[in-house]
Amino acid sequence: MSRDRTVDVLVIGAGPAGLALAARLAGAGAGRVEVLEREQDAGGVPRHCHHGGFGGPVRPWLTGPAYARRAVRAATAAGATVRTGVSATGWAGPLTLETTSPAGLERIAARAVVLATGARERPRSARLVPGSRPAGVLTTGELQQSVHLYGQDIGRRAVVVGAEPVARHAVRTLRRAGAEVVAVITERSRGTAVPGVPLLTATTVAELRGRGRLSGVALRHEDGRCGLLACDTVVFTGDWIPDHELARRGGVALDPGTRGPCTDASFRTSVPGVFAVGNALHGVERAATAAGEGDAAADPVLARLAGAPWPDPGPPLVVRAPLLWVTPNRLTDVVGRPLLLRSAEPLTAPVLTAAQDGRLLWRRRVPARATSSRSLTLPPGWTDRVDRSGGPVVLAIG
Amino acid sequence: MTVTATTAVTTGGALPGGEYDVTVVGAGVVGAAIARELARFPLRIALVDASDDVGDGTSKANTAILHTGFDAVPGSLESRLVREGHRLLAAYAAESGIPVEPLGALLVAWDDEQLAALPGLAEKAVRNGYRAARIIAADEVRAREPELGPGVLGALDVPGESIICPWTTTLAYATQAVRAGVDLHLNCRVQKVTSGETHALATSRGPLRTRYLVNAAGLYADEIDRLLGHADFAVTPRRGQLIVFDELARGLVRHVLLPVPSALGKGVLVSPTVYGNVMLGPTAEDLDDKTDTGSTAEGIALLREKGRRILPALLEEEVTAVYAGLRAATGDDDYAIRAHPAQRYVTVGGIRSTGLTASMAIAAHVVELLADGGLPVAGARELEPVRMPNLGEAFLRPYRDAELIARDPEYGRIVCHCERVTRGEIRDALASAVPPGSPDGLRRRTRARGGRCQGFHCGAAVRALFEEARR
Repeated sequence: MSRDRTVDVLVIGAGPAGLALAARLAGAGAGRVEVLEREQDAGGVPRHCHHGGFGGPVRPWLTGPAYARRAVRAATAAGATVRTGVSATGWAGPLTLETTSPAGLERIAARAVVLATGARERPRSARLVPGSRPAGVLTTGELQQSVHLYGQDIGRRAVVVGAEPVARHAVRTLRRAGAEVVAVITERSRGTAVPGVPLLTATTVAELRGRGRLSGVALRHEDGRCGLLACDTVVFTGDWIPDHELARRGGVALDPGTRGPCTDASFRTSVPGVFAVGNALHGVERAATAAGEGDAAADPVLARLAGAPWPDPGPPLVVRAPLLWVTPNRLTDVVGRPLLLRSAEPLTAPVLTAAQDGRLLWRRRVPARATSSRSLTLPPGWTDRVDRSGGPVVLAIG
Repeated sequence: MTVTATTAVTTGGALPGGEYDVTVVGAGVVGAAIARELARFPLRIALVDASDDVGDGTSKANTAILHTGFDAVPGSLESRLVREGHRLLAAYAAESGIPVEPLGALLVAWDDEQLAALPGLAEKAVRNGYRAARIIAADEVRAREPELGPGVLGALDVPGESIICPWTTTLAYATQAVRAGVDLHLNCRVQKVTSGETHALATSRGPLRTRYLVNAAGLYADEIDRLLGHADFAVTPRRGQLIVFDELARGLVRHVLLPVPSALGKGVLVSPTVYGNVMLGPTAEDLDDKTDTGSTAEGIALLREKGRRILPALLEEEVTAVYAGLRAATGDDDYAIRAHPAQRYVTVGGIRSTGLTASMAIAAHVVELLADGGLPVAGARELEPVRMPNLGEAFLRPYRDAELIARDPEYGRIVCHCERVTRGEIRDALASAVPPGSPDGLRRRTRARGGRCQGFHCGAAVRALFEEARR
């Protein structure tokens, strides 16, 4: 038998986005605001990011764990209930979640549900890297938890795959664990170099070698040159994907670009009463960005609690290559905060256009630099020119 | 309940002295089934394996189908043993909690040659004693499998085919054997055999003496055979690469989608697994290296191309795992099960992908051969039934079992979020009669770390539990 309970707002995931939202909602008197966290400790991915630079504005000395503790304190101090070790395992109704915890099974109904389920890095298998299946193959997330949360032994010689900022953190964690990092490799033509570590660009992992334990990675350069790097550890970094299982199982429409729930600028999904915030929407952004989304979702959630209608989905917002995705990705209303736009290729001060049904809505040079791991923030002023009953709004370069 | 005091699983150090009545070499699904069958008799039995775990070779990486045997070579030993084994294993699985889902199979014809082959296959099924197969038209195929790619011409419907958990099967046999008094010696590679009044085995863990010897060494069965002076078959490792797609793909497919065998080989299948995800494969590549279980870029590309034709939407789903297994192919079209009574020796070679289905029938057959060769088999007893932890998504898993969690809250503490594996299950596996020798062994007992994140979330926690139990 499972117990049935009702709360006002149920937030799934106690990372930066979920906690920031819960703090604002509880502080605004939204009633019973409950945050479910499946891990034993709340705080999300920052719990295992032992480097500085967290917070908004960025505080160089504020580490991930300190930031996570601060976020948990803020949510609970505001009156939200943060429950750890509780997994949302499925839906029992449109706004009712099934949960498992050591206390048993529950069905928790809510007046509003917020998915703040975060993102994960694609592992080696999802990247279709061939070869054997030895021990010593990790993602940054597993590496950081192994070293920072469990003090486990990592190998002696490591290769890091990917040259986004997260790769730098992987290198630092490996060094702290006593491993020598023999190379950072990226299939891109450039990447973030780490002092003291060779950066191999335009290079892919052709094969993993080794039985029992990794013995090396075979590399292939874009020009056809091949080589073998001896190592006992390889860390696959970046390539984030939203943890969207709960969204999909709840029938929430996903955006093909982000693979996260499709939302409008008020974080409303395709299912009335279900919101989504943070890295569940777009893969990894800085903790402060995720928290900012959680914070900004509070007003729409409060409006929902007050009985505001759920709008019909407006036209989709889609991108053209090399642009990868944009959030929000539905335009039900005039957008009040900057849009996030990601590109597969580095772009410096690109000229962006927005068009609908062949009609140019907006064209502007955005004076900033985008990379495959850093989004552009677009001013939203042009969104008042969108025809709510028109076709898709297309963002492109040019 | 786990009983550890009376069990004898050794993983290092010298082997026990004295003489075994029977020693089975190879603790795969077939070797473990034979050891279990022998455990019914008042005999001193050893089951030895070169690996650190049972079922760590061919048995762990296969297509996990409980076959009807409809497509065997009629009249062959394989045909008979698969037919009998299907019945025996289905009953054993129900009794032991091994997950089985009777989904049925469709052999889908995509071209005229394949369509023309269906009547012959239906007729062959009858000759194999299987009468339920029938040919269905394209519209019925599409109604039953709406996500199939364009171009389906028809199918052979084989309603008796099922999917099964291969890991739990091997483990159930081994657990029951060990609890009944069989000694399981792991990390124990057989290097040399000297045969006289008894067989003296030189192993990587020292000498072992046994009166009767059973060779169920899978890929290495031909090499063990040569140590005893036989050279009537050679094992060619045939590699099969497989791609496993996310559980979120499970809704795309309802049956085991078998290829229609053609002149070019058996082809690639798409099948749900009992763990709730979807498998695409295998390739078929004859190799020389019996240890080469690596995947290749070419193999993955080939599977994706085939899969895109069969079930286009599948290719849009996330990939959970890519792996390769090696099947023990011989030049022959049948199992190579040979008794050498004068040597008190039985070889169980050439056991291909049907070996999982046939395992219990092979075991019964091998014990008969041993008895014919003089092994005393009086005093058979019923074995204590075994109840295995359920890994099947279609059955009640601990994280959903309110009563179980109320009795023991550790079953409500989910450690591996993707596969919803609880700390209670991990604890039980680590304390079980045949404990895992590695985190991968733990995965095969619980599914922990086997999901879409491959350890991003739980890898460190699972490893910590494994290492803690080893201390």
